[in-house]
Amino acid sequence: MKGMTIIVRKVTQFIAPIIFLFGLYIVFYGHLTPGGGFAGGVIMASAFILQILANGEILDKLRQEESGLEFLESGAILGFLIIAGLGLIISSSFVFFSNFINKGIVGKLLSAGMIPLENIIVGTEVCAAITTIFIALVVFKDEVAL
Amino acid sequence: MIPFILCLILFLIGLYGIITQKNLIKIIIGLAIMEYSVNLFLIMIGYIEGGTAPIFAEKFHLNNYVDPLPQAMILTAIVIGLATTALLLAMAIRLYRKYGTFDIRKINSLKG
Amino acid sequence: MEIYLIIMLILMICGSLFSLHAKDLLSAVISYGIVGFGLVISFLLLQAPDLAIVQVVIEIVTLVIMIAVIKDTTEVQDKQTASFSQFIYLLVLLLFTIAFYLAFDKISGSLSPFGQHTTRMATAYTQGVHETGSANLVTGIVFGFRGYDTLGEATVLFTAVIGVLTILRLKGKKGE
Repeated sequence: MKGMTIIVRKVTQFIAPIIFLFGLYIVFYGHLTPGGGFAGGVIMASAFILQILANGEILDKLRQEESGLEFLESGAILGFLIIAGLGLIISSSFVFFSNFINKGIVGKLLSAGMIPLENIIVGTEVCAAITTIFIALVVFKDEVAL
Repeated sequence: MIPFILCLILFLIGLYGIITQKNLIKIIIGLAIMEYSVNLFLIMIGYIEGGTAPIFAEKFHLNNYVDPLPQAMILTAIVIGLATTALLLAMAIRLYRKYGTFDIRKINSLKG
Repeated sequence: MEIYLIIMLILMICGSLFSLHAKDLLSAVISYGIVGFGLVISFLLLQAPDLAIVQVVIEIVTLVIMIAVIKDTTEVQDKQTASFSQFIYLLVLLLFTIAFYLAFDKISGSLSPFGQHTTRMATAYTQGVHETGSANLVTGIVFGFRGYDTLGEATVLFTAVIGVLTILRLKGKKGE
């Protein structure tokens, strides 16, 4: 796949980190403002997609990166299960997904117990999944035998 | 009641696309349209006239929010919808590479 | 408020009809975008900002993937001729239409009119701000009250990604 012109590359250099930062903001403030793990994860993935589309030549290197993304994705699901299981083991009520950390005051950033942690984990998972789907559909479709 | 009926019409258009179209990409588009209409229908059921978005703030009374339960259900369904669409597109790519066409009639006649 | 929603829905219906009848695939995919972005505006009108954020990005990613798939395919669609099988398809469509209309007619009696919904089941969830501690009620439901659903969703997403890789990746990683 061919890349784009120098103007698009330079603009991408400026824009893509800002999009990624916005995705992180959406994830971290997911329990206070609209958004959350799903929305933030998709926005972070769109930053990577923008980079891949603008700089087309790096695609050949990306053939090796897919195993790392799969590791990230399966690790995120494992982390979600571990957090859910901690509620079963540690908390006094012995319930799966029990929210045992101190809730704090509604409206503060450090509140809501385990919900910010779960937001971060789901954001990682969605970001890795959508980037993998994009790389698979754009890069690996050339590999399919004619 | 008119928005519900229009939503049903959108669903039926997606069904029409799946049944009558011969192109694989258009069949996938029809499936996605059906999914969108179902999402919109469930959100419309939970809407309350004059209600605000379900973000907690002290000065609003608790009964003034729109129903947050359908929104939470549809939030996961949208992301799953992208994944299933990508799976269908991957199958379409494989079929195109093997037969050189998206037309299901030609794929069907080449199978022997 | 309701009139804006009706206008958006009519626009979405027009876009979907044009998308299914377009001559080439690129214009079909582009006009399919009308349906998705109309859905974003409908979500905003229906006071669902979380869904609008997710849907606008998902729609962009879907369009990019679809255009990447059809980019190097050059295929002109054949003219659809009236045949016996076409007649059968339309008959099946008519049957489905009647079935769905009857089902809709049956449930619309128990449905409250547009905009006058009463929260029965979600009342506990809206009162549960102080149980989960999350100011965003939707996030509180997704991760607090209904964590099992989110776990299942993550599993389905993982399965779909593995499926895409299995279908598209013929050569092994070692380059055999």
